[in-house]
Amino acid sequence: MIRIVLSALLLGAVNLAFAAGGNENLEQSGANVHDMASVQRGASMFMNYCHSCHSVEYMRYQRLAKDLELTEEQVEENLIFGDREITDYMIAAMPSESEQWFGKKPPNLTLTSRSRGEDWIYTFLKSFYLTEEGWNNTVLANASMPHVLWRLQGIQRPIMETYTDDAGTEHTRIARLEISEPGTLSPEEFDGTIRDIAAFMIYLGEPAILQRERMGIWVLLFLVVFTFLSWLLYKEYWRDVKK
Amino acid sequence: MATPASNVSRQLSNVGAWIDSRIPVSDFWKKHISEYYAPKNFNFFYFFGSLALLVLVNQLVTGIFLTMFYKPDAASAFASVEYIMRDVEWGWLIRYMHSTGASFFFIVVYLHMFRALMYGSYKSPRELVWILGVLIYLVLMAEAFMGYVLPWGQMSYWGAQVIISLFGAVPVVGETLVEWIRGDFFVSDATLNRFFALHVVALPLALLALVVLHLAALHEVGSNNPDGIDVKAKKDANGKPLDAIPFHPYYTVKDIFGVGVFLTLFAFVIFYAPEFGGLFLEPDNFNPADPLVTPQHIVPVWYFTPYYAILRAVPDKLAGVILMGAAIMVLFVLPWLDRSRVRSIRYKGWGSKILLAVFVVAFIRLGMLGMAEGTYWETIESRIWTFAYFAFFILLPFVTKYEQPRPEPERVTT
Repeated sequence: MIRIVLSALLLGAVNLAFAAGGNENLEQSGANVHDMASVQRGASMFMNYCHSCHSVEYMRYQRLAKDLELTEEQVEENLIFGDREITDYMIAAMPSESEQWFGKKPPNLTLTSRSRGEDWIYTFLKSFYLTEEGWNNTVLANASMPHVLWRLQGIQRPIMETYTDDAGTEHTRIARLEISEPGTLSPEEFDGTIRDIAAFMIYLGEPAILQRERMGIWVLLFLVVFTFLSWLLYKEYWRDVKK
Repeated sequence: MATPASNVSRQLSNVGAWIDSRIPVSDFWKKHISEYYAPKNFNFFYFFGSLALLVLVNQLVTGIFLTMFYKPDAASAFASVEYIMRDVEWGWLIRYMHSTGASFFFIVVYLHMFRALMYGSYKSPRELVWILGVLIYLVLMAEAFMGYVLPWGQMSYWGAQVIISLFGAVPVVGETLVEWIRGDFFVSDATLNRFFALHVVALPLALLALVVLHLAALHEVGSNNPDGIDVKAKKDANGKPLDAIPFHPYYTVKDIFGVGVFLTLFAFVIFYAPEFGGLFLEPDNFNPADPLVTPQHIVPVWYFTPYYAILRAVPDKLAGVILMGAAIMVLFVLPWLDRSRVRSIRYKGWGSKILLAVFVVAFIRLGMLGMAEGTYWETIESRIWTFAYFAFFILLPFVTKYEQPRPEPERVTT
C-alpha cells in the first residue's frame, strides 16, 4: 500500500515539474555560467553592445571584478564607459530622452535570464531579420530594439511559406531566416558569441550562482556523512526495541 | 574526599534543584520528552510531524534575518529582495532557505495530513488534535499567500489581485470587503504593508500558539500508530505500555536520522534547483510588479493549485468560491464522517482503500490542473476530480458504516 502511494506521489511530482517547464520553439543555448572564459567574453560583448542602452539596475560594477576574476582596474578600463564609479550600480549611459527613440525605455536586463531563460536570450539574439519596414524579430515580434549585432551576424531575410489553417484559409508565415549579407563572423562564431552573452546574463541574473553551485556539493557531502552517522546511532539505540 | 569535579557537579545539581522548585522544567521534560510513551511501530510517515517543526523553525529564523534587509514598500520591495540576493553577505542562502522552506513546509504538511487520513489519526480520541491541525493548515495557507506577495514581483501582485478579488463574490458587502482587505481601490503599497505586518507578526504568533495546542492535545491523548490500535491497553508489571517506548532517546535519535535525510533533499534544492523548474519561484516573479501589465497566465504557487482548480471548475464565481472554501472546511468534520470501528487503513475494507486512493489521485491531479492554462478539456477534467474530491467525504460515512473491517491485532505489528 505504502509503496503504491509513494510511487503515485513521486509520479505526480515529476509530472508537475514537467508541466511547469516548456517554452515555444527555443533553441538550446548551451550557455555555461561556470565556463569563466565564456562569461568574461560575454561580459565584454554585453558591455560594448548592450549596456549602452540597457541598465543592470541591481548590480554593481565592483561585483563583476570580484566574480569574474578581474582586477578593479581591468573593469574600470575595459568595461565601464562614461563617468561611472566602480561602486555604482550598472546604469546605462544612454540619456533619458532615449525613451522617445524607441517608444519605451530599454528594459533593465538584470533578471532577464531568470524571467525568460537563457535559451530565450540566445534564440532572441539570433532571430533578427530585416524587411522594408526595418528590423524585426521572430521571437519577440515588433520589438523596438534594432539588431545591434548585425555587423557580426550579417543581415538575415525571412523566407516565407504559405499554409492552410483548419478553416481552409491560406496564410503566409516565416519558414526560416536566411543570411543575405554575411557579417564579420561565421554563423558558428556568431552562435558562440551570443552563447557567451547568454552565459554572462545567467551570471547577471544571480551572481551567487557561482558560489552556490560550487559550495553545494560540500554541504551535501557533509549532510550525507551526518545522515549516515545518525543512522548508525539510531540502529544502536533501537537494538533493544527490535528484540 | 570530594574531587573538584564532583564539587562542580554537586553545585550544578543544586542550581538545577533551585530552578526546578520554582518552575517545573524537569517535570515538563519528563512529561513531553523522556517519559512520553510513543508506539514503537512508527513508520516513514511519522517523520513529518517533527520535520514540520523543523521547517517552522527554519522559516522563523531565516525570516528574522530577511526582515533586517527587506523593505515593505511598493517602490523598493522588489529591489530590496535583489539587494538581499546580491549585496547582503549570505543573503542569497537565507532567502533560498526561506523560499524553499515554504514549499517544503507544504510537502511535509501534506504528507503529515495524508498519514492522518491513512491511519485514522483524526478519529476519537484525537478529534481535537486533527481540528487544531486543520487550523494550523489554514493559518499556514494565509501565511504563505501573504509571504508570496512580499517580493512584489508580477506573480506576487497579480496573484494577490486574483485571490483578494475572490472576496468580491460575497453578496452585498463583497466590494466593500475587498477594499477593506486591500486598504485601497487596488492592490497597492497599503496592501503590501499590511500583508507584511500579518506575515511577520500576527500569523506567526497564531501559528506558534496553534502548534503548542496541537502538541498539548496530542500529548494528552497519546500518538496513534500505523495499526491504529490503543497501545495503552497492554501494560507490563511496572505499568509501562508494552508496545510503546519513551520518545527520548528512541524517537529523538530516529528523528535526527529523518532530519538528516530531509536536510539532504532540502539542501539539494537550495543549492541546485532553488526555482525548482519554476514551481517554487515562478519565472514571472522575476519581473517587478506592474499594475498596468497583466501576465498572460496567472497561477498560484503549486501548493494552492488543487483549490484553484476547484475554483475554476465552477462556472459561477460565487459558487466556485463557496466550493473552494467547502473543500477546506469539510476537513474539520472528518472525524465524524468516518464511522468505522477501526482506525487504520490496514484493517479497513476495500471500500475505504479505494476511496482514499481516489482522493489522493484527485488531489494531485487537481494540483496539476490548477497550474494548467484552463482549456476546455482541462476544465471538464477538473470537474470530474472536484466531484471525486467531494465524493470522498460524502461516501465516507456510508462506506465506513457498511463495510466489514478485518480484525485488528491485539499488539502492534512491525
